[in-house]
Amino acid sequence: MNVLARVVAHRLFWPVVMLLVLFAINLIAFPGFFTVSVRDGHLFGSLIDILRNGAPTLIIAVGMTLVIATRGIDLSVGAIAAISGAVACSIILGSPTPGSLATVAVAVSVALLISLVLGVWNGFLVAVLGIQPIIATLILMTAGRGVAMLITEGQILTVNSPPFKFLGSGFWFGVPIAVIIAAVVFGLAALITRRTALGMFIESVGINPEASRQAGVRARGLLFAVYTFCAFCAAIAGLILTANTAAADANNTGLFIELDAILAVVIGGTSLAGGRYSLLGTLVGALVIQTLVTTVYTVGIPPIATMVFKAAVVTVVCLLQSPTTAEAFSGFRRRLALRAGKGVAAS
Amino acid sequence: MTDPAAPVVEMRGISIEFPGVKALDGVDFRMFPGEVHSLMGENGAGKSTLIKALTGVYGIDAGTITLSGEHVSFSGPAQAQAAGISTVYQEVNLLPNLSVAENIMLGREPRRLGAIDWRAMRRRSAELLGGLNLDIDPGSLLGDHSLAVQQLIAIARAIDVNAKVLILDEPTSSLDTDEVAELFRVIRSLKEQGVAILFVSHFLDQVYEICDRLTVLRNGKLVGEYLVEELLRIDLVQKMIGKELTVLDDLEQRARSVVVDESDAATFVNASKLGRRGGIQPADLPIAAGEVVGLAGLLGSGRTEFARLLGGIDRADTGELTIRGKATKLRTPRQAISHRIAFSSENRRDEGIVGDLTVRDNIVLALQADRGWFRPIPKKRQDELTQSYIQTLNIRPANPDALVRNLSGGNQQKVLLARWLAIAPRLLILDEPTRGIDIGAKAEIQKLVFTLAENGMSVLFISAELEEVLRLSHRVVVLRDRRVVADLENDGLTVDALLALIADGSVEADAAELADAAELAPVTASVTSVAPADAAASAPQPPTDPASGGRA
Repeated sequence: MNVLARVVAHRLFWPVVMLLVLFAINLIAFPGFFTVSVRDGHLFGSLIDILRNGAPTLIIAVGMTLVIATRGIDLSVGAIAAISGAVACSIILGSPTPGSLATVAVAVSVALLISLVLGVWNGFLVAVLGIQPIIATLILMTAGRGVAMLITEGQILTVNSPPFKFLGSGFWFGVPIAVIIAAVVFGLAALITRRTALGMFIESVGINPEASRQAGVRARGLLFAVYTFCAFCAAIAGLILTANTAAADANNTGLFIELDAILAVVIGGTSLAGGRYSLLGTLVGALVIQTLVTTVYTVGIPPIATMVFKAAVVTVVCLLQSPTTAEAFSGFRRRLALRAGKGVAAS
Repeated sequence: MTDPAAPVVEMRGISIEFPGVKALDGVDFRMFPGEVHSLMGENGAGKSTLIKALTGVYGIDAGTITLSGEHVSFSGPAQAQAAGISTVYQEVNLLPNLSVAENIMLGREPRRLGAIDWRAMRRRSAELLGGLNLDIDPGSLLGDHSLAVQQLIAIARAIDVNAKVLILDEPTSSLDTDEVAELFRVIRSLKEQGVAILFVSHFLDQVYEICDRLTVLRNGKLVGEYLVEELLRIDLVQKMIGKELTVLDDLEQRARSVVVDESDAATFVNASKLGRRGGIQPADLPIAAGEVVGLAGLLGSGRTEFARLLGGIDRADTGELTIRGKATKLRTPRQAISHRIAFSSENRRDEGIVGDLTVRDNIVLALQADRGWFRPIPKKRQDELTQSYIQTLNIRPANPDALVRNLSGGNQQKVLLARWLAIAPRLLILDEPTRGIDIGAKAEIQKLVFTLAENGMSVLFISAELEEVLRLSHRVVVLRDRRVVADLENDGLTVDALLALIADGSVEADAAELADAAELAPVTASVTSVAPADAAASAPQPPTDPASGGRA
C-alpha cells in the first residue's frame, strides 16, 4: 500500500504510464509492434523507428531541459537547426569533393561552431542584457530562418554526399547513428550536470536567482553555458534532420520542433517555472511524443485528425500532472490510509 | 474562568505530515466565543500548520474539526472563510496597486445591476475603517500606506465577513507601541461582540496583556491548554522550549567577561568612508578579529545597506575597504566569499534559502560555489558536513533530504547559518538573524555568535531588538537617516540610551544625555546635527520593532 502510494507519487509515474498505454494501443492495433528483427545487419522494427525518429527531438529537449531549469526557455532551437543544416549543406555543395569525409567533417564543424555563436548571443541577451528569455530567443526564432534563407539563397539545397547522409540514416553496429548520437548527448548531459555541481547550481539559480547570487553562484556564466549548450544540441539535431533527407530546407527543417522539445520537457515533469529538472523525465517525454506520432499511423487515424489526437493526449498528460490532480490523488491516498487504520496514518 | 458556552472551534487528534516532516501529531485545540486565545510554541512547533489546518489551507491526515458543533472539512481557505473563519497573515496578503476600498471588498464587491456599486463599496469600507478608528481615504492606494496601516486594513477586510473566528498571525511584528494599543482596542471590541480571536505572537508581554487562554505546542505535539492568568511566564517559556531557560543569563555573564584585543594588527576589515548613493552616507567601520559589532538603527536607517556593502552584495561607490590591511574592492558576493566574508540576508525567503532544494544542498551551496562547479564536494563529505550542522544547530527535522521550504522559519534560518558557517568565514554579517523566530532558537543563535567570536571570527550583528544587540556586541554602531551617528563601546550602554540616539533628531542633546547615561567611549563618527534636506524629505520612517523589542 505504502509502496504503491510512493510509486504513484513519483514524478515519472504518469509519463511512464502514458508511454505504456500508448505501447499497449499500438500492440493491439499491430501485434508485431514490439518485434525487433535484424535485416541486412540493421536493427529493424517499430521501436527502433520511434527511437530514430525521436532522436532529434530528444537531443533538443535535453538542452531545453537545462534552459528551462534556469527559469528560461529557448524558442530559437528550430531556427538554429535550420541554420546548421543550411550551413553544412552549402559548404558541402560548394566543395569540389562533396563525397569526401574531410569535406563533411569541415561542414559539420563549421555548423556546430556557428551554433555556439548563436547560443552565446542568446545567453548574452538573457544573462547580460536581462531580457526575458521568451522574448530574447524569439528574436533568433524569427530572424534565424531568415538567416538560413540567406545561406541557402532561397533554394532547397540537395546534397549528394554519402558520409553526410550517413549521419541521418546510417547504422553503427546495427544501431541507427541518430540514436547513438542522442544517447551520447543525453549521457554526457546527465554525467556533466549530475556528477559535478553544475546540476545543483542550475536548479538553485532556477529556484532563487538572488539567493544563489548571494551564495556566490556565478549565475551569468551558468546562463551562457546552458543557452550555448541548447543551441549546440539544436545544431546537432538540425544536422541529423538535414542529413536524413539530404536536403537543407530553410523553411521547414526543424519547424515547430521547439514546441515538441518544450512539450517533452514538460511531460517529463520539469516545471516551466524552473528549478528541479529530470533528464530521465525528458527522455520519457520525448518517447511519448514520438510514440504518439507512430500511433497515429499504426492505429490508422486519418491525417486530418492527427493534430486533434495529439492535443488530446497532451491534455491528458498535463491534467495528470497538474497540482490540482495531485492534490486530489493525495486526498484519495489519505482516505485510503485512514481507512487502513490509525497505524498507517501515523507512520 | 470557566466558560459555560460551548467551544466555537474544536479540533481533535489533528495530524499532518509533510514529506519527511511530521508537522502535527494528534493535537487537540479549542476556542470559545468572546475569547482571545494564543497559540504558543517555538518555531517548528506546528503553530502555522495548525492554523493552516483550521483555515483549510492544508488537508488533515487524521482528526476532526468541529465548528459551532458541526463537523466540517474545508477543501480550501475560501470555504473556511465562508464558514466564518477569517485570517490575517503575518505577511500582508493584499494588493498594493489597488485602492484601500478595493482591497477590503475584493471578491465580495457590492453589486448593482451586475456592475460594481463603487459608491456602496466606498461607504462600506469607510464604515469598517471607521470602526477601527482609522482615518484614511478608502480611495487611496494601499501601497501608499505604512505596513502597520496595511495590517489594520487587512483586519478590516477580515472582520467584514462576519467572522466567528478571527486568526491574527503575528499581527504586531511590524507595529509600534501606539499601533499595538490601537490593535488591542480593536481586538477587545471584537471580543465583546463574541468573536473568538486567535492571537499568535512572539511577544510574551502582548500575549499576557490581551489573551485569556493559551495553548502550547512543542515539536508538533500538544503540551497543554492553560488560562493565561494562572500560568507564570517562566513556566510558559519552559513549556515552550522544554528545558530550563538559563542560556540567556549565561550569555550575559560571558558577554561581560570577553575581552577583545583591539590592537590595529588584529583589525580584520576596515571600511573607510565607505558609502553608496541612495543607500548609506560614507562611513567608517573597523572590525577587529573576534569582535562582535552591533548595528543599531531603525528600518531604513541604512543599517542593512551598509552591511550589504561589506558583504559585496551591493557595490560601494565611494570610500575604501581594507581587508587584513589590503585595499580591496568587492564587486560581487562571490568575491566577498573568497575573502571569507559571509552575508546572511534579513530577507530569508527571497535572498536566503533555495526552497525547492534539500537541507543538504542548501548547506553546501556557498562552499560548493566557492570551489567551483567542476570540483564537487564528495557525497560523503557533504553528508558529514550536513549532519554535523544539523546536530550543532539543532535543525529540525534532522533530515538532510527534507526540502527547505517545508521547514519552519527558525529552522530555515539555522540552515542558512549552516551554509555560511560551512565556508569558515572570518567575518560573518548577520542581518536580523533572529527576527520572527522564537526564544529557544534565538538563544541558540546568540550562543553561537559568542562561541564563534571567541574563536576569532568577527561578527557584524544587525537586529531591531536592542537588548539583543547590547547583549551580544562588544561595540555598537548607531545609524540614523542613512548615516552613522555613533560608534560606542558596549560598556554600560543601556537600551534607553541607544533608543535616544536612534530616535531623536537633536543629536547634541542626546550625546550629552548619553554621556551621562553611559560612560562613553569617544564617539568616533562625527556627530551630525543637521540631516540633509533630501534625507529628511524622503521616506517617513516606517514604524519598526525597537520600541516593542525594548519592552519585550
